[in-house]
Amino acid sequence: MSNTPELEKKFDARLEQNDFIEPKDWMPENYRKHLIRQISQHAHSEIVGMLPEGNWITRAPSLRAKMVLLAKVQDEGGHGLYLYTAAETLGTSRDELLDALHTGKAKYSSIFNYPTLTWADIGAIGWLVDGAAIMNQVMLQRTSYGPYSRAMVRICKEESFHQRQGYEIMCRLSFGTAEQKEMAQDALNRWWFPTMMMFGPPDKDSPNSEQAIKWRIKRETNDELRQKFVDRTVEQAEYLGLTIPDKNLKWNEAKKGYDFTEPDWSEFYNVIKGNGPCNKERLDARNQAHKNGEWVRAAAAAYAKKKKEAVAA
Amino acid sequence: MATDNQGPLWEVFVQKKSGQPFVHCGSLHAFDKEMALGNARDLYTRRGEGSALWVVPAAAIVASSPEDIGPFFEPANDKVYRHPTFYQIPEGIKYI
Ligand SMILES: [Fe+2]
Ligand SMILES: [Fe+2]
Repeated sequence: MSNTPELEKKFDARLEQNDFIEPKDWMPENYRKHLIRQISQHAHSEIVGMLPEGNWITRAPSLRAKMVLLAKVQDEGGHGLYLYTAAETLGTSRDELLDALHTGKAKYSSIFNYPTLTWADIGAIGWLVDGAAIMNQVMLQRTSYGPYSRAMVRICKEESFHQRQGYEIMCRLSFGTAEQKEMAQDALNRWWFPTMMMFGPPDKDSPNSEQAIKWRIKRETNDELRQKFVDRTVEQAEYLGLTIPDKNLKWNEAKKGYDFTEPDWSEFYNVIKGNGPCNKERLDARNQAHKNGEWVRAAAAAYAKKKKEAVAA
Repeated sequence: MATDNQGPLWEVFVQKKSGQPFVHCGSLHAFDKEMALGNARDLYTRRGEGSALWVVPAAAIVASSPEDIGPFFEPANDKVYRHPTFYQIPEGIKYI
């Protein structure tokens, strides 16, 4: 048997050269575990993320808006599938992953535990939440695990319409009636800080993230991504004539970026723990959907069995 | 008729550079996995075309059939709104 320190050295050297790791390659057990956790959390987020937006499909204000929202939510379901299969290349199974989600053992992005109260929220989610997700996913295109990286390349291509349709909604509302503009501002007010939380806790409180950078699973830190997000979004909000709900938001010439207020991290941890406004509703909806699909899985298994028996006979 | 002296058919996928997708490049005959991999190297990567190879038994591949292409892929044809260019973003707005 080859010895582990030797293999580990070779593995590190490959990462050092920006080499990608493929499913059949040797990898440290902790690298594998970290990836399974991260990729499956990412997959869960795509799937649970369908719920807040799905809430508005039947109430979209026009046929065009409905088609667009349906197409977007369908994409998110697809993203979940790419990611579940990427995680499965690491030796876990769909059943295990779903079970972890449904029993509340696995986490998903805290952002999806907030409610979508008005149509403007659909605009704000596309613009801000998909915007933030894209920033993270663009970085992950260069993640060190091949199947994860390739899933991200595909996902980023598909995401590009998600943010645009959201910004389009925000434009419509912001340049519409006073009431519509107020709706847009209210949505921005409610989604701004939860979106900032999407990049994860500050670097100093994020020990996992340091290891992820070493393994080149992540290429930029939480704080770096958050800063980039703020810097890119301010101008987009200004164009809309909307105000980002942060009195401390100010250009800092020295760092060539904006100073801003950190989100309330106690709220973040509280939502992660299960106490956000919609945690229970989301988990119940997922469990219900899974239960409702039971007969489909049973039928598929029965069909497979029948086919096999027919071949054997 | 000749007996099977070639072994089953295998499909070969080559990865050009680390991290990139494995792309189909052709097929070959071989009696087992090892032979298939060796033959694939000799047949398809003689000029440094790849940095990694997958070989897959051809019998394991399921393919769409050419006669059905129209109706099979039709559902995607009229959904222009799946493309980013369908949306109007005001001029001068960056990073969207
Ligand atoms: Fe997505
Ligand atoms: Fe998206």
